Amino acid sequence: MRAPLSWIREFAPIEAEPSAIAEALDRLGLEVEAIETPGREIVGVRVARALEVRKHPNADKLSLVEVDYGDGTTTVVCGAPNVVAGMVVAFAPSGATLPGGYTLEKRKIRGETSDGMLCSARELGLGDDHEGIMSLGEGSALGTDVRDVLGLHDVVFDLSITPNRPDAMSVIGIARELAAHFDVVLNISEPENTTVGSRTDDDISVEIEAIDACPRFAARRIAVTIGASPVWMQQRLALAGMRSISNVVDVTNYVMLERGHPLHAFDLSRLPGRGIIVRLAREKETITTLDGVQRILTPDDLLVCDAQGDGQAIAGIMGGSQAEVQATTTEVLLEAAYFTPMGISKTSKRLGLRSEASARFERGVDPNGVLAASTRAAQLLIEVAAAQVAPGPIDVYPEPVQRERIAVRTARVNAILGLDLSAEWIKESLTPLGIAIEVDATLDDGFIAVAPTYRPDLEREIDIIEEVGRRVGLDEIPRTLPHTTEQGGGLTVRQRERRLVTDVLVGMGCSEAMTIPLIAPDDVAAIGLDPDRTVRASNALRSEEPVLRPSLIPGLLRAAAYNAGLSRVDLALFEVGHVFLPPVGDALLPDERDRLAVLIAGTVRRAPVELDRPVDVHDVTEIIDALSVALELADLRLEAAPAPGFHPTRSAAVLVDGESIGHVGEIAPGVGERVGVARPLVALEVDLDALLDGIRRQRTFVPLSRFPTSSVDLAFVLGDAVSAGAVQATLMATAGELLEHVYPFDEFRPEGRSRSVAFALCFRAADRTLTDSEVAEVRQECIDAVVRVHGAEFRT
Amino acid sequence: MDADAVPDLNLTAALEAVSAARSPEQLAELRREYLGKRGVAARVKETIKSLSPKDRPIVGQAVSLFTAKMTEALDAADAVAGPETIDESPIDLTLRGHGRKRGHMHLVTQCRRDLEDVFVSLGYQVAEGPEVESDWYNFEALNFPPGHPARAMQDTLYVNLGEPEQVLLRTHTSPVQVRVMESQTPPIYCVMPGRTYRNETLDARHSPVFHQIEGLAVDRGLTFGDLAGTIEAFTSAYFGQKVQSRLLPSYFPFTEPSAEFALSCVFCDGSGCRVCSNTGWIELGGCGMVDPNVFRSVGIDPEEFSGFAFGFGLERMPMLRYGVEPIKTFFDNDVRFLTRY
Repeated sequence: MRAPLSWIREFAPIEAEPSAIAEALDRLGLEVEAIETPGREIVGVRVARALEVRKHPNADKLSLVEVDYGDGTTTVVCGAPNVVAGMVVAFAPSGATLPGGYTLEKRKIRGETSDGMLCSARELGLGDDHEGIMSLGEGSALGTDVRDVLGLHDVVFDLSITPNRPDAMSVIGIARELAAHFDVVLNISEPENTTVGSRTDDDISVEIEAIDACPRFAARRIAVTIGASPVWMQQRLALAGMRSISNVVDVTNYVMLERGHPLHAFDLSRLPGRGIIVRLAREKETITTLDGVQRILTPDDLLVCDAQGDGQAIAGIMGGSQAEVQATTTEVLLEAAYFTPMGISKTSKRLGLRSEASARFERGVDPNGVLAASTRAAQLLIEVAAAQVAPGPIDVYPEPVQRERIAVRTARVNAILGLDLSAEWIKESLTPLGIAIEVDATLDDGFIAVAPTYRPDLEREIDIIEEVGRRVGLDEIPRTLPHTTEQGGGLTVRQRERRLVTDVLVGMGCSEAMTIPLIAPDDVAAIGLDPDRTVRASNALRSEEPVLRPSLIPGLLRAAAYNAGLSRVDLALFEVGHVFLPPVGDALLPDERDRLAVLIAGTVRRAPVELDRPVDVHDVTEIIDALSVALELADLRLEAAPAPGFHPTRSAAVLVDGESIGHVGEIAPGVGERVGVARPLVALEVDLDALLDGIRRQRTFVPLSRFPTSSVDLAFVLGDAVSAGAVQATLMATAGELLEHVYPFDEFRPEGRSRSVAFALCFRAADRTLTDSEVAEVRQECIDAVVRVHGAEFRT
Repeated sequence: MDADAVPDLNLTAALEAVSAARSPEQLAELRREYLGKRGVAARVKETIKSLSPKDRPIVGQAVSLFTAKMTEALDAADAVAGPETIDESPIDLTLRGHGRKRGHMHLVTQCRRDLEDVFVSLGYQVAEGPEVESDWYNFEALNFPPGHPARAMQDTLYVNLGEPEQVLLRTHTSPVQVRVMESQTPPIYCVMPGRTYRNETLDARHSPVFHQIEGLAVDRGLTFGDLAGTIEAFTSAYFGQKVQSRLLPSYFPFTEPSAEFALSCVFCDGSGCRVCSNTGWIELGGCGMVDPNVFRSVGIDPEEFSGFAFGFGLERMPMLRYGVEPIKTFFDNDVRFLTRY
């Protein structure tokens, strides 16, 4: 909403500086997005009269205009077709400056000297009209600064009005708020108009078939003379951001801006049956709106129809083209109505059609302001369109909307705001907002607040409390802190462990990525998942990326690809985030899970201290190990297993307590290359909650043995199907309590033969030095077990 | 394969000799004897080429194992005994290369943790909820009835699961408020960080994804003054004492009275600059007293309890604190950005 200060001052005589008014508007919740002074850059543009218009000798479309600017005459070249002798115009002589900082110079155009230019409305920063030279009308002395004539010294507040405040979508509404704030009187007079001729209802009918969507509809028959509206009206509309169309249309817009009530004028000669029927649209019914677009409607949409039932306007949103007011119009039917907000909002949203009118109706205009708006328009039409207004407007309003009567408790006001206001102060603060106060003897600590119908947001006690808060100034309320004694703050164990997981990954050299969870179906298919078994957004703006990720890997691959495109191929990224799987059973919501994924690519750079090497699977398995250690998991193992997106023979399932929680390994060949990321590429992805649900090692204390260790190395020939991890598990199970630790320390793969893996075992007893024969016995048991369980061959 | 399998390489005996040695001189002698150019290991290695192809790998492996174990034992013994003389060959400690590097937490995660810690110190707990929500939690329970104009303030991404427009990607973290109030009884002091969605395409100024953190307090006797004081407390804890906060009336369906809160500009200290559009203030988020309708939808008696809520975008904080822009930077995952902070 753009509100010119001069217009506000017409209703509220506020002396304050524009900056102080802007600050007040902010404090009232009418947020100031910008303060504009449109005339600031216009320097030296003067009122002038075109004395003579001659054709340019060398150009068909140009003319030479001799102008009188008060202090003398000069000649300019002009391209506008509408300039005629006698017209009063805005003349920018050479040396004058226009908006944008453009300074005019004397120059030759097609051989004729032009000493400046004549201005269109747009050239003065007043709206979009650049069809012709702006006509200033009679009444100002030649040579006067046009800023004085056009009100360009005015200040315009560009306000962002919240959806609960239809009243503030009007100059009067804004003036009311400011008058209360600055404690000045609000001057609003009840509009009146004279009438002539027969009554409107003599030949006009109005019928409402959808009373729920249109509780009130008023119509007037008005004879008009179409023309341009006066400069003062054009100027105000322009400052408020609206184009001047014609005097009749301008009046409807002017009243809408002034009072917040949208109106519509139909050309009565093109309204068959000379009447109105308001009804819901039929399925697939069409109407062509003023903007020339054919709209397809549904039974949720409300139509204002002619008496024959043909749609002439989408109620409250936009008029139809058929009965549009034109230059030939001589008689109009002026609509003033109240349409309920919900329907307007739905239709406007579905059609993607928003207008100044819909923005007001969907907030909720004043149902009891209908007739005043209509009368005000009639009054203005008489003034600017030589109108003759028929007496007796038709006003269909079977169930008048009553003002809300709201019981307000003083103690409650103070309890919510944290203040100690008296009942008297509260009541006095409310009346300038139009809220009437009634005493109710049954309330020992309060009163009845009667809300005006232009404030549909005031229905409950809390709504009145908010008004009191605004009157005090929310920023003026003394600041306190709650006394939080019953509940201590803190993170849960799970929340602390999730932080630990991130800390471990960071410590292991990985950096955290955040990828967009909406991905392309092809990216899902590329890692071997079924894009049809995914959850999708139905209205994503980028239709190629509607899938809610079922895995974190595609996003990390895209992140790697982004970096590869910038020649950064060595990276170690991780992400912790939600994935979305189809709902389980008849659940409403998707199966949403927290996952952890790591992607490592390129070269592990250690030179010159150690050797550089390509990344390999051990760079991710060591992360698994680090997590297992940090979380003190009792049983985390890897088990060779193929998984979608991973290399068939270089990946493993991650098992926690024997259950698979995800996968680790090399990314399958081709997956990275598809998005421009070269191999080697290794990754892991696990379910974070399943990881954290894992059973933990017992933290029981084991006395530390003082006795020496005995070391034994054992080597076995193993088939590729037998994993070192499995053999290690067998050794641990067999050696039992005496085993302090066991690690593989060598893998040897003679050409063409099975590999040999050597393990170092360290034995120690808690209570004695182990004898040679004890060690030999357990060593033999270990050998026998591995040979028996894994079909391995012991290497002597 | 046992190192002792090759008779000349008696590892057990060699290791015993190392443990028996008492002086650096003795250890040096043992090193020459076993690992020197003409030592035991070298001599056995010499013989490999004369062995049968079948035996070669066995002996080869034995030699390397013997060498590794002895080197380890001698190094360990040297470390205990001290060197014979100081080895003065220099090592350049500034020759750093790449080496192991710690990774980095995303700036948003760092900011989230910082704020969580601030609120935990103020007595708050932390809660989370799903990113895909029902219309009930995201809108209706928060006093946005169907067709409510305030719904148009948020460009919602819907999820296609049968019923149209019943399931959506949450447009704010506020549905977690409802979940917390449904599952806990007051007093409640809780912050709810998380990811939120809007139907936007990722470009310099828009992102379909961003993060919010939301606070909720429900208790007996909470006032708007408590809300204003809480906002002042956490903004000064995060940005420092000199930052001022300001509350201006606004509108959100789930709070009343509602306000926008702003900070004095951290770039110009409130004197006016390009970032704050010369206003001296930077809008940060929304807040207000929990609307009685919200309390009713979760079964809390608004006459017994009152509460306040506040929320703001997490990305805004590092944008203000470090000047990060545009918002797209947070989601491009350029490693130069990820590893800078």
